[in-house]
Amino acid sequence: MASSSSRFQQYLSPEKEDELRKIANTIVSKRRGILAADESVATIGKRFDTIGLTNTEENRRKYRELLFSTDNSIADSISGVILFDETFRQSASDGTPFVKVLQNKGIIPGIKVDKGVVPLAGTLNECTTQGLDGLSERCAEYKKGGCGFAKWRCVLKISDHTPSYQAMIENANVLARYASICQQNGLVPIVEPEVLPDGTHDLQTAQRVTEEVLAFQYKALADHHVFLEGTLLKPNMVTAGQSCTKKYTSQDIARATVEALNRTVPPAVAGITFLSGGQSEEDATLNLNAINQYPGRKPWPLTFSYGRALQASVIKAWGGKDANIKAAQEELLKRARANGAAAVGEYQGGAAGAAGGQSLFVANHSY
Amino acid sequence: MAKTNQRFAEYLSPEKENELQQIALAIVKPGKGILAADESVGTLGKRFASIGLENTEENRRKYRELLFTADDSLAENISGVILFDETFRHSTADGRPFVKVLQEKGIIPGIKVDTGLVPLGGTFDESTTQGLDDLAERCAEYKKGGCGFAKWRCALRISGQTPSYQALLENANVLARYASICQQNGLVPIVEPEVLPDGDHDLETAQRVTEQVLAFTYKALADHNVYLEGTLLKPNMVTAGQASPIKYTPQDVARATVQALNRTVPAAVSGITFLSGGQSEEDATVNLNAINQYVGRKPWPLTFSYGRALQGTVLKTWGGKDENFKVAQNALLKRARANGAASAGQYQGEQQGSGESLFVPKHSY
Repeated sequence: MASSSSRFQQYLSPEKEDELRKIANTIVSKRRGILAADESVATIGKRFDTIGLTNTEENRRKYRELLFSTDNSIADSISGVILFDETFRQSASDGTPFVKVLQNKGIIPGIKVDKGVVPLAGTLNECTTQGLDGLSERCAEYKKGGCGFAKWRCVLKISDHTPSYQAMIENANVLARYASICQQNGLVPIVEPEVLPDGTHDLQTAQRVTEEVLAFQYKALADHHVFLEGTLLKPNMVTAGQSCTKKYTSQDIARATVEALNRTVPPAVAGITFLSGGQSEEDATLNLNAINQYPGRKPWPLTFSYGRALQASVIKAWGGKDANIKAAQEELLKRARANGAAAVGEYQGGAAGAAGGQSLFVANHSY
Repeated sequence: MAKTNQRFAEYLSPEKENELQQIALAIVKPGKGILAADESVGTLGKRFASIGLENTEENRRKYRELLFTADDSLAENISGVILFDETFRHSTADGRPFVKVLQEKGIIPGIKVDTGLVPLGGTFDESTTQGLDDLAERCAEYKKGGCGFAKWRCALRISGQTPSYQALLENANVLARYASICQQNGLVPIVEPEVLPDGDHDLETAQRVTEQVLAFTYKALADHNVYLEGTLLKPNMVTAGQASPIKYTPQDVARATVQALNRTVPAAVSGITFLSGGQSEEDATVNLNAINQYVGRKPWPLTFSYGRALQGTVLKTWGGKDENFKVAQNALLKRARANGAASAGQYQGEQQGSGESLFVPKHSY
């Protein structure tokens, strides 16, 4: 007979569970979502290229100051911001640390903790993500410094022979290890197993691959005892490949996405915060709206965690010039409000900004 | 780049998907659940022994006739009945096939298709379930004969060393194979990975084991492409072991059960139809009620698929005597109504059900 008290180890105390649950629920509450501002140095450099701005530390700091010093009403639509390590340590020009700037607005700071993708030997160009070494200590530091959540991105690609079993099981496992370590250190892990949009595959293929990837994901989280109520999922919406000749509507995408999530994501997961991938700002909003309007079982909040789809117009409007800061911040507010409405299926349209309909697709995207 | 139409084989046509989903949803319509009347010959014999009745085919036929010819109002709370193969082929005394009797009441006949537990070599008394051989042909026959769903039971036990990884993986896989074959033949599979209540483990242990079992189950169903919207889950409620010294309330059971399901069962599963295990009739109703009252995410209907907990009083009341037919049928109607109310969280209390425990150690059908 079982000696029940010794059979299972306690994973988290009830107090720690409560803390994580509270943070996760706050992030997806009240028509709000996440601003993903965690572009790596190289990636933000690509964004700066489009406006002819040099990629210096000061420019990166300036740009993030633009974002975070937007009017306080931004917090009506943005509940959390994902930071890059460099930004976590930076301050506004008046010396206030960015973490404090966000906290003062009632926005929860988050932190990207992975260290980028690395190849999986013996596969057809597949990868896993590194960053587990010393992760516990790093999480403790970020928690102490004011962060409430973390983010880690894995990437899977669709082709004739991929994702392979190896890639699916490896990426699911590394995400589960990351999630476990985060929770042990009081950070809510955002779990991001992105299925890239690169390719000519149709919507049905994208849906079946996404379902497969998510099935592996939640089995791995179960095996590692991850406390699902204290996690968020950051999946791709289910869309056909970027080069697919067949065109689909927002309603097609909504159906495929909600079906896939219904078949794989346990109701206990606190919320789902979609990535925007290469979608234009407007498409990302319209699709989120259609998802929230789709009449199916949706036991979790379905909101956004957007990078490009919140910032494209902002960057264009700014152009690197101080005189344009206010105008650029207005673009951010506009986009954030639009997505906040979409997160409850109430987007009315017409929030197109300077970069509104422009595809933001970058082939084989890595941050 | 992917050759899109070659990459994944079609599992079910849209029409077949729709047919399965409609059957599954019909079974878990508000206020309704399943009568599990699929006791094997040996198991029904044990029930008959408790009322001193001989285990003959005629007695088994008579008893099921008692159940199925109850007043038509039975169908207000019973959406489906699980049959044993022998019963599927039986008729009333005046020659009406039981399948037809049920269909005319608007009740969907179902069929137990597994052929029992077998030991797993090298484990501590663990088992898997057999019955896959020729299952496709058998399913086709049952479908043709009027069944809409099937059921297959696996059993896992809690002890110091079990359930083992081997038992978890094997039982989940065999359930997925069964489910796949059913769906290919138009039957909704009820997936039953029962965690037995035998033991002295506490509620928390039962919950963690149940979560583990269900995680393995849904991974296997995903791997075998099973269409979740066209399935039902028949799990145990999460309760402490029968011999646990700690006593828990229905609210404890409800919280542990809903939490476990929330952590493992995708919202796409059409419904959850609990087994009663060894619970008394009254406990099975009260616990189902508490589950439906529990404040938490519950994206699937949560109802019953009860055998013993619907039939305990019926059998006793009947006692094998013809003159007790009607009053035994009334006992069934009463219990069905009580559980129908519980499935909506509206059970008001003791409906003269038996509080007697119906626990049978190491239960196998």
